Amino acid sequence: MAISRAEVEHIARLARLGLSEEEMEALTEQLGRILAHMEVLRQVDTRDVPPTYHVLPLQNVLRTDTVQESLSQEAALRNAPQAEAGAFKVPKITEG
Amino acid sequence: MSATTKLTATRLNRLFLAGELSAEEIVEAYIERIQAVDGQVGAYLTVTAAEARERARKLDARRKAGDTDLGPLAGVPIAIKDNICTQGIRTTCASRILENFVPPYDATVVSRLQAAGAIIIGKTNLDEFAMGSSTENSAFQVTRNPWDLSRVPGGSSGGSAAAVAADLCAAALGSDTGGSIRQPAALCGVVGLKPTYGAVSRYGLVAFASSLDQIGPITKDVADAALLLSVIAGHDRRDSTSHPDADRLQRIQLSGDASLSGVRVGVPREYFAQGVEPGVRQAVEEAIAKLRELGATVDEVSLPHTEYALDAYYIVATAEASSNLARYDGVRYGLRAEADSLLEMYLRTRQQGFGLEVKRRIMLGTYALSAGYYDAYYKKAQQVRTLVIRDFEAAFRRFDVLVAPTSPTVAWGLGERVEDPLAMYMADILTLPANLAGLPAISIPCGLSQGLPVGLQIIGRHFDEPTVLRVAYAYEKATQHHQARPALGQ
Repeated sequence: MAISRAEVEHIARLARLGLSEEEMEALTEQLGRILAHMEVLRQVDTRDVPPTYHVLPLQNVLRTDTVQESLSQEAALRNAPQAEAGAFKVPKITEG
Repeated sequence: MSATTKLTATRLNRLFLAGELSAEEIVEAYIERIQAVDGQVGAYLTVTAAEARERARKLDARRKAGDTDLGPLAGVPIAIKDNICTQGIRTTCASRILENFVPPYDATVVSRLQAAGAIIIGKTNLDEFAMGSSTENSAFQVTRNPWDLSRVPGGSSGGSAAAVAADLCAAALGSDTGGSIRQPAALCGVVGLKPTYGAVSRYGLVAFASSLDQIGPITKDVADAALLLSVIAGHDRRDSTSHPDADRLQRIQLSGDASLSGVRVGVPREYFAQGVEPGVRQAVEEAIAKLRELGATVDEVSLPHTEYALDAYYIVATAEASSNLARYDGVRYGLRAEADSLLEMYLRTRQQGFGLEVKRRIMLGTYALSAGYYDAYYKKAQQVRTLVIRDFEAAFRRFDVLVAPTSPTVAWGLGERVEDPLAMYMADILTLPANLAGLPAISIPCGLSQGLPVGLQIIGRHFDEPTVLRVAYAYEKATQHHQARPALGQ
C-alpha cells in the first residue's frame, strides 16, 4: 500500500514538521516503499498475543514527594533561544 | 607514534597508579595522536583538550599527595558519544537543532566515569540523534573507518568505535538502540557491549527510542568492557527505567578460567540466512569451532520470528522517536527559526534543524501512531515484539548464550547506501532483536574478511552479562584477533 502525497502532508502537519517540495516528494516515495515492506507483519498471527511495551517487569516506580536539588532558573534558561523575565519567550499565541 | 595510545584502559590505569606514567603524559600522548590522525578519521566533534589537561594535573597532584583512592579508571582518557550530556561541554547529537546546546548537567554515566577517575577527552560523531547505521547522517562531518578510509565506520556510534580503533582514546561510551554500539564495534574491529535494558542509567542520554535505548562501552578488549560496565552500571533514581538488579553488575569479576566447560552455546540458524556474506559466515563459524574447542557445547537453535523483527523494530523505534523528538520545538533550547506565529515557528525550526533521516523517522513514527493506523502498525509491532521475546525465552531454556554474526557484512563504502534507506536499515538486522528483548549482547573481533574486521555477537539472558563476558573473555584469550589494528598513522 503506497502512501499518498496528501497523507504525507497531513502527517507532516501532525508532526509539526515543515517539508520542502523536494523532501515531500522524496518522502512520499520512500515512506511508500518502507510501509510496503512492513506489510510482512500482516502474515504474523498475533491473536491473543499481548503487546510488549516494556521488557522488564517494573511497575509504578514511586519516590517520596520531597524537595530535592534541581536546576536553577538561570541554568534552565541558559539554552533558551529567547528568554525574558525568567520565562521562555515565544511568538504571540493569541489574537488581539 | 607513542606506544601509550595503544594501551588498554586497564593497563593505563595500572601504569598511572604505579607512577610509571603521569596523567599529563597520557593526555598529551592522546592529544598528539588526535592532532596527527583525526583529520583523516573524523571521529571527534569536540576535543576537550583544555579540560582533559586540567583534570590530568589534578589527578597527578592527588597521586603525588598519596591519595590511594583514585579509582579504577584514574588516568584513562575516555571519549563520549555526543548524545550523552556533559556539563558545560557542547552536546550536539550531530544535529543542527542542537548545534549550540551546552547541557547544564552531566549524564549519570559521565558522573560515574569521573568518580572512577576517568578523563573525558572529547565528544564523538554519530548519526544525527543516533538514527543510522553508518554515521553518514551526521549534520557536521563524515567519520571514516580507520581500517579503510574509503569505508564507513558503522553507526550510529561510529565516532566512538573509530576513535577506539584508531587509538584516539583508551575507551569510549556509545548508545545502542538497534545495534549502534555493536555494529560499529564490529566494523571497526573493537569490542562493543550493549548491557541489559535498565542496567545503565540513561539520565542525560538524549532519548531516541526509550523502550530500546541503552548506553554501553566500546573498548579495545573484553577486560576493559567489563571494567567500564562495572563503573557505569547501577540503579539510578533519576531514571525510572533503571533496574534494582543493576547494582549486581558493579561487581563483575572476569574468571581466569580459560575453559568453557559446561557452557551451552546456541547458534540461531536464522542469523546465518539473510544476506550474510561468505567471509563473515566463515569467520563466525571458525569462532564457533573455537568455542567448542574451549569446552562449550554447541547446538543449533531456531528463533522463528527473526524475519519479522526488523519491521517491528522500525515501527517501534520510529514511533517512540516521533514522540521523543517533539521536544525540539524552538522554545526551551536548541535552534529557533523566527516566525510570526507559534505554529509557523515550530514548522520552520524543525524543517531547518532536522536532517532527512530524522525527518523520515519522525514521519514514519507519526504515521504508525496516527488515528486509524495505530492498531495495524504500532500495536501489531508490539505484539510481534512479544513473539520475538518468546523465541529468546525458549532458546534460553536450552542455552546460556546465543552466538551469531554482529553484522551481515563488513564495512561498506561511504555513500553506497545513502540513497536507499531500506538497505541501510538491513544493517541492523542481526543486532536489533536483542534490543526488542532488552537482552545484553557483545560484539568482539573474530578475524578479517577482505582485510576488514568481522564481529562475533554473543547474546545472553537479562542481567547475565557475567556469562556473556566469560564466553567473550575465554575466546579472546584463546585467539589474537583483538590485537589486530589498522595501519593508520603508525
